[in-house]
Amino acid sequence: MLAQFLQFLFSGITVGATYALAALGFTLIYNASNVINFAQGEFIMLGGMLAVFFTQIGLPLPVALLLAIVVPAIVGVLVEKLAIEPVKGAETVTLIIITIGASLVIRGLTAVIFGKGTHSMPAFSGDAPIEVLGATLLPQSLWVLGVTALVVVALWYFFNRTLQGKAMLATSYNRLAAELVGINTSWVLFMSFAMSAALGALGGILITPITLTSYDVGIMLGLKGFVAAVVGGLGNGLGAVVGGLLVGILEAMGAGYISSAYKDAIPFVLILFILFFMPRGLFGGKSTDRV
Amino acid sequence: MKKSVYNGLYVVIAILLVLPFVLPNSFYLDLAVRMAINAVIVLGLNLLIGFAGQISLGHAGFLGIGAYASAVLPTHFGWHPLLAMGAGAAATGLLAGLVARPIFKLKGHYLAMATLGLGIIINIALRNEAQWTGGPDGMPVPGMGLFGFELSNDKQWYWVVALLLSVSVWASLNLIDSPFGRALRALHGSEVASQVVGVDVVRYKVAIFVLSAVFASLMGSVTAHYVGFVSPNFADFFHSIELVTMVVIGGMASVYGSLVGAVLLTALPQALATFEGWETVVFGAILMLSMIFMPKGLVPTLAAKFGKGE
Repeated sequence: MLAQFLQFLFSGITVGATYALAALGFTLIYNASNVINFAQGEFIMLGGMLAVFFTQIGLPLPVALLLAIVVPAIVGVLVEKLAIEPVKGAETVTLIIITIGASLVIRGLTAVIFGKGTHSMPAFSGDAPIEVLGATLLPQSLWVLGVTALVVVALWYFFNRTLQGKAMLATSYNRLAAELVGINTSWVLFMSFAMSAALGALGGILITPITLTSYDVGIMLGLKGFVAAVVGGLGNGLGAVVGGLLVGILEAMGAGYISSAYKDAIPFVLILFILFFMPRGLFGGKSTDRV
Repeated sequence: MKKSVYNGLYVVIAILLVLPFVLPNSFYLDLAVRMAINAVIVLGLNLLIGFAGQISLGHAGFLGIGAYASAVLPTHFGWHPLLAMGAGAAATGLLAGLVARPIFKLKGHYLAMATLGLGIIINIALRNEAQWTGGPDGMPVPGMGLFGFELSNDKQWYWVVALLLSVSVWASLNLIDSPFGRALRALHGSEVASQVVGVDVVRYKVAIFVLSAVFASLMGSVTAHYVGFVSPNFADFFHSIELVTMVVIGGMASVYGSLVGAVLLTALPQALATFEGWETVVFGAILMLSMIFMPKGLVPTLAAKFGKGE
């Protein structure tokens, strides 16, 4: 009983950590530009696929992983420079279509370059499962959780203790005011896309040894990351992390206790309920509108 | 003023009348039928997105309900196809109305999220309930007929769909100029301002959402009967995106833009087939480029360029 519960919990928080990283990515870009980046899922996919590719061509693991984060970050910056900046202030639908276009280009190129097969990657430190109260925990899960925790702490430090981080935060509160006090908001936009792509890619790399990867895994992962970001109240960093873990855990519990066929539907049922009953998400504040 | 509004409609009808006689073979006739079906769906969706300013990223889900109602009810329960179509539309309208009230208290991205979620849930249900829907493989759809006359060839379908399209264009033009349409455009401009002048914002948004969902469901049924087969891909997220893209590329808040968007994006996959393996990349690039250089869409951009508003 307990063992089974723990088992579902472990797999839930592991996937949830990936959703949390993706949700943080959504949050960063949303705060900097009010854009929902529907290409976020492709960065998760890209991280995993590149990690597989770079380790297969024989690069040492740390170098391969670093490259698998840097390349998606460059792609993210390219998307921002080429497609988002030229249309500043466009309608929401227009921006959504542009990021969807970007996601199709990234996914299509990946399929052309790496093929449409499914790829696996060895775990970072072996596959010997760890026994915890009758449930088993993969060492890779510890990597996922540990790195995610480190990233969250690092992000907290960045946004609360460094000038650059505070500049990004200020821009998210009020762009015009931030510009007036001398913050370079186009640098902020640049940084948000780079960081958010890197976060997504990191999540993709960490989870790949557990879940495998292929060119088309980005859609669902990205959409669930979006759900996580909205669950936590769009634009709220802490909310994104909690939302990610919550979505992951509920999905694993639902798959285990209710129906594994409907596993993918669970995050979306959750989000509908949350939007119906707490329209600003769990952590979203009240807002007023300007006429 | 009134006259010029209908001029475009006459052109559309003229084109529809001439088209079957100039199309070289049945491949193009089939393409024309599918373009016209999409055009009707996009007209409905544009009322929601373009005129009322609300996003739906789950419209293919509504198409799916209509299509599967036309497949499942006649096959498993022996219903008449028209009855099944009506039942699908009624169920869609009910579902849309039920979720719309809470959803339309939300705005922008929250609304996108809610409709996206609804569409994905419908799609997953269609994939999983294999005993009724045939699962991921889909299922055949029985023919459509009335009083012993069965719609069997593409020519007959063409005339049916052409009639539907003409009526839809006419209805859309009238709707936009009605008090209802003006209220919609007002709430797109400024919700608070339209509330102040007495527009019941939520009620209008729910009404237009239900209307466009029912449009989609009916056309889903038509597509199912025309193609003779349905599969869950018909109701997936990508199809929802395709429909929104047709609206945006043709031109938001433009009736004729809807037609142009539907025609172009229905033809595009055919044109891209030559790019073997690169279709997705080229499709994505076209989406991005057209939005970057023509954020208002094709028809409004061209109309502005040549100095004539619609």
